[in-house]
Amino acid sequence: MERMSRFERALRGVLIALVLVFFLFPIFWILLMSLQTNDQILRIPPSLLFEPTLTNYAALLTGRLETAAGNLDIAFMRNLGNSLLLSICAVLLSLALGVPAAYAFARFKFRLGENIAFTLLSFRFAPPLLVLLPLSLYFKQLGLTDTYVGLVWVYQLICLPLILWIVRGYFEDISPDIEHAYRIAGHSWWQSFRRIAIPLAKPGIAAAGLLAFIFAWNNFVFALILASADKQPVTVGALAFVTASGIQYGQIAAAIVLSVTPTLALALYAQRYLVEGLSLGAVKG
Amino acid sequence: MVRLDLKNLAKSFKATKILDDVSLSVEAGEIVAVLGPSGTGKTVLLRIVAGVEDPDGGNVIIDGEDMTDVAPDRRGVGMAFQNFALFPHLTTFDNIASPLSARRIPQDQVVQRVKSIAHMLKIDHVLGHAPRELSNGQKQRTALARALVAAPKVLLLDDPLRNVDAKLRYEMRLELPRLLRTFDAAVIYVTQDYKEAMALGDHIAVLRGGRIEQWAPPSTVYREPASIDVARLFGDPTINLLPCRLDRDGNGVSVKLLGRNVALSPAYTHAAGRELIAGLRPEHITVDDASVRDAIPFALEAVMPVNVRSVLYLRGPAGEELLATVGETEAARFGRGHRQVWGALVPSEILFFDAGSGRRVAPQAD
Repeated sequence: MERMSRFERALRGVLIALVLVFFLFPIFWILLMSLQTNDQILRIPPSLLFEPTLTNYAALLTGRLETAAGNLDIAFMRNLGNSLLLSICAVLLSLALGVPAAYAFARFKFRLGENIAFTLLSFRFAPPLLVLLPLSLYFKQLGLTDTYVGLVWVYQLICLPLILWIVRGYFEDISPDIEHAYRIAGHSWWQSFRRIAIPLAKPGIAAAGLLAFIFAWNNFVFALILASADKQPVTVGALAFVTASGIQYGQIAAAIVLSVTPTLALALYAQRYLVEGLSLGAVKG
Repeated sequence: MVRLDLKNLAKSFKATKILDDVSLSVEAGEIVAVLGPSGTGKTVLLRIVAGVEDPDGGNVIIDGEDMTDVAPDRRGVGMAFQNFALFPHLTTFDNIASPLSARRIPQDQVVQRVKSIAHMLKIDHVLGHAPRELSNGQKQRTALARALVAAPKVLLLDDPLRNVDAKLRYEMRLELPRLLRTFDAAVIYVTQDYKEAMALGDHIAVLRGGRIEQWAPPSTVYREPASIDVARLFGDPTINLLPCRLDRDGNGVSVKLLGRNVALSPAYTHAAGRELIAGLRPEHITVDDASVRDAIPFALEAVMPVNVRSVLYLRGPAGEELLATVGETEAARFGRGHRQVWGALVPSEILFFDAGSGRRVAPQAD
């Protein structure tokens, strides 16, 4: 790397700080909001000085919110559980379907192979709202509306293409000779897939799985339309705080903090892995 | 006994013919060196035998059984890849042991057999290492051990010495034949190096343009190459080629080469009057700094020492460029070149090729 002058280093620091402030300020502000009561939040002008309170978190965790207008039941913990359940199931199903498919696309040339792969990718191009109306009609007919199975299924639109295309790049980067050597040594096709291809593509599979998990977790619109309150994830559940008696800003903020925490922790933990994984699969050596 | 029999194998990729009617048979305990320039389908041939590539036509027969449509894991073949193709996530031990574990051999026997082959190939001290921790030579030996450990009926070696350093290559060239003899396998050894082919092969198959151009023991390929291309592939420095014409001369035939008439054996009478190309091996031109009878004057342009022999760059009477080799002690007399020298040909060693087809024109006994 080139040596930087003092001025350049300072400029770099300032610019990075600006970018960080721009992107992190909302999160920081929400963190502050989550520690204030609704009155403190709505104060004009807003102040950084306040007495922090944990009532918002307490309300979320106990599921009961006591306000001047009366008591409100909050299904937040259930929503959090739904988010976990839906995202994990969706990613597991996507991995089970997508990894073998990615392998097939990477290793075998078959009729319409590229077209099928591209069609799967194109699911990511279409705005979800475009497919929601027909989808909700079908789901009604099939009896899948408001079921976990239905949601996990529709989440495949998000997870499957992602996993398929990332993992495919990984499989393509493994020299076929390594698998050939394993076959010649006397192992079946299945054994060579399981003991050679999968372990060697593991970083890519992990990265794709993480990314798919985050995308699934952040999904809002599918669950909003296709599920009712008791099956909805946190992204939709946060709407419950918009009540007739007012918007519960404090609880919304606390809910956001709690729902962002798992993915944020996951992303931070796997950050290096993720970036490395994504670029390794994409760039041919 | 014929162990491996390849019949009329053909393979094309898109419009390019890679293999065109290749037939080859290898006996148990025999090493066949397949030699050819790169891109002639040597590796494809091995892949077809191993079963990881399907031929467009022809059959692969192992021990009398047609294996053409049999999966690679059921052929009982061992293969060492040119790029080693070690399993990066397994230790050297597990790499070598993989053909044994596939055959469901008890663990204590696996340990014993892996250790014994590792000892034979001098890699027993790195059995616990991952492939990325090995040197190229160790990787190559690991790949070889993996191919050998299950004592396969057919052993395919794809230029295994290509990616190792010169010293190890030389050692392995000496070691390999001895090692391979202890396994009673039919071996196909692919290489681009004619010295390797000659050192290792009981037979050499020269592959060119997807066909086997010559199939013969090493000395025959060298002394009686089937064509100009084969003659060029074998020999370092390469063979000298001069256009010429054979003429009837009294009872026999003679050829005018480098301004001299060289009398040939009457066995060449049948080729009289044809346009040919004469091939002169560099070692069959004797060079001297004094003129003797019938010697050909040459300008010596340069002397290049190569190990125990020196290569002389000669220019003939009509400007023909020739290479000759002489021993180290003789070379001392020529200094660094730039002088007049005298050369003589060994008529019985001159090879003739058809100017059009490049095929060899052999002497015919009456």
